[in-house]
Amino acid sequence: MPTYFDALWDMHRIAAADEVYDLIAIDRVLLHERTGGVALKSLAEKGYSVKDPSRVFAIMDHIVSFREGRGRDEARSPGGETFITETRRMANDAGIHLIDTDNPAQGIVHVAAPEQGIALPGLSLVCPDSHTCSLGALGALAWGIGSSEAEHAVATGCLRVKKPKQMLVRVENELPDGVTAKDLALHLIATHGAAGGKRCAVEFAGPAIQVMTVEERLTLCNMAAEFGAFTAIIAPDEAVIAYVRGRPFSPDSKEAFLHWSKLATSESSGHDEIITIDARTVRPQITWGTSPEEALPLGMTVPATAKKAALDYMGLSVGEQIAGLPIDGAFIGSCTNGRLSDLQLAASVIRGRRVAPHVRAVCVPGSWSVRREAEALGLDRIFRDAGFTWGAPGCAMCFYAGGDTFAPGARVVSSTNRNFEGRQGPGVRTHLASPAVVAASAVAGVIADAQSLSVLGRVA
Amino acid sequence: MPDPLIRHTGIAAPLLIDNVDTDQIIPSREMKAVSRTGLAEGLFAGWRYRSPGSREPVPEFVLNRPGFERASVLIAGANFGCGSSREHAVWALAEFGFRVIIAESFNEIFHGNCLRNGVLPVVLKGVSDLRALGWDQATDLTIDLAQQTVERADQPGWQGEFDIDAYPKHLLLEGLDPIGLTLKSADVLDQFEQVDRVARPWVYKDYSAA
Ligand code: SF4
Repeated sequence: MPTYFDALWDMHRIAAADEVYDLIAIDRVLLHERTGGVALKSLAEKGYSVKDPSRVFAIMDHIVSFREGRGRDEARSPGGETFITETRRMANDAGIHLIDTDNPAQGIVHVAAPEQGIALPGLSLVCPDSHTCSLGALGALAWGIGSSEAEHAVATGCLRVKKPKQMLVRVENELPDGVTAKDLALHLIATHGAAGGKRCAVEFAGPAIQVMTVEERLTLCNMAAEFGAFTAIIAPDEAVIAYVRGRPFSPDSKEAFLHWSKLATSESSGHDEIITIDARTVRPQITWGTSPEEALPLGMTVPATAKKAALDYMGLSVGEQIAGLPIDGAFIGSCTNGRLSDLQLAASVIRGRRVAPHVRAVCVPGSWSVRREAEALGLDRIFRDAGFTWGAPGCAMCFYAGGDTFAPGARVVSSTNRNFEGRQGPGVRTHLASPAVVAASAVAGVIADAQSLSVLGRVA
Repeated sequence: MPDPLIRHTGIAAPLLIDNVDTDQIIPSREMKAVSRTGLAEGLFAGWRYRSPGSREPVPEFVLNRPGFERASVLIAGANFGCGSSREHAVWALAEFGFRVIIAESFNEIFHGNCLRNGVLPVVLKGVSDLRALGWDQATDLTIDLAQQTVERADQPGWQGEFDIDAYPKHLLLEGLDPIGLTLKSADVLDQFEQVDRVARPWVYKDYSAA
């Protein structure tokens, strides 16, 4: 029996390019200012044009300033303005959709694309960014590509791709209260390794996935980039179809609705690899090292197998308790955990509390849409009153691009997806966790889980 | 788009140094604009010119030696093109006029970048030490891509052989980059799109007004 991934692959397969590669039709190309402007420029220099500008989107997110009240060209890194202005110019010349820094739809590409209905079930989407796998959460055939492939997709409307092997990650039962999709992702990566995805298209399925909200699925699929997967995918269901309907770029057509409901079929089988997880065994996670696989349930100690380089960088030693480590910074945001439900979860932890005095705490909503909804619910007041900086949407402190960040040696708990050396700045020590753990740690001033602040429950 | 490369004859310039990295091929200070042209002048700038920024030639450097100024085949050592994956290195070599690089071995990313940009990377079968073949006098080499052979004007009878995968060979023979190659199948792409437009019309709807 073919898998859901097989079905999408066949739907988009134009022809075999040769014995190894297929030509796959690409329905949407997403670009951002860090790689997109260069791709458009290089294409123009080679004398090629954009095949179908109405199906190419450029969104400003990586380099834009996250300062409240930022200017139109304001970058968060020195010299970053040219990425913004060049991408704007190239996008306008090419006639593609541009979601500019001052557009009310602007946000991190992987947050904005679902919100705007650019990503839809059954579509093929590519973006020169490794976290494009997030969009598999909607049942899209979406994956991250390199810069010359982006040029190819834009110029030809297709890509020459080798069909990946497939893996099923089946998650039985349900996650316990207080355990999030982020914890499940870190648990999976810690258990099977940062290369555990074996370059497969990884399909998530099972009871624990079925009960997840679309935002939780986006978080889970996002982390597939840290699992060494080709991409992630979840077969769409009624929840996904309800989510995508009525969005700006989403079709209002009976044919589309019918097509989506046909995609939402029963279980697929025939994967090359299968991993099964019992969701009941997953606990709130925290990373202690410099790879996302170096994660443990909160309350555990640094393992004896820890590599010296990771310990040195993180300023830790074997046997040390991770919970209780004093922190200097906390960051909530990114394409992993910068959506409304993430902010609601964090706000439920910090409501009526204050960030510890020595901690620099920053919350940057993943998009203007998230920010507006959060403000309508009064979440901005909760964050600000607690002592968080409330930022303007973008990738912000998820990765260092020069410019403002935490100090070298600072210990930071972050709702992002990468804890590599220097990822958040030179010498910055990143501990990845769910927004609940980041919020609790910001308040406690040490690594802590929400329960230890006597705050319980999943977000409503 | 690169010119087709079927059979190429040109002067061979020896640069028999191992581990030449892309920053030596094109120093970052020579990459002045977000552009893939205007790089030939900066090629090997650190060795070719007296000092950073200057254009005063170092007479001993091979590309400044009489007879080698118009070389189009580079003879290189082991692990050529290592270091940063910058595609500028190949752009600079190609713009200078190099069509073929014969090396003892290549960095993998650089090797792929060559093929994408119309430059043929060659590793001669059964030749582990290129120095032993002697390159001091400027001589013409003929590289026949169709036959996958190399011949020297100064040593009639000598012949080298090399391997190349079918897909890059096709790209180079036809003078295509991957985009150009795919666009050659434009009718197949169009046919697919016509059928798909009927099956999934909403995918192709222009939402510019949205
Ligand atoms: S938020 Fe971070 S991981 Fe996500 S796209 Fe931006 S830089 Fe990449």
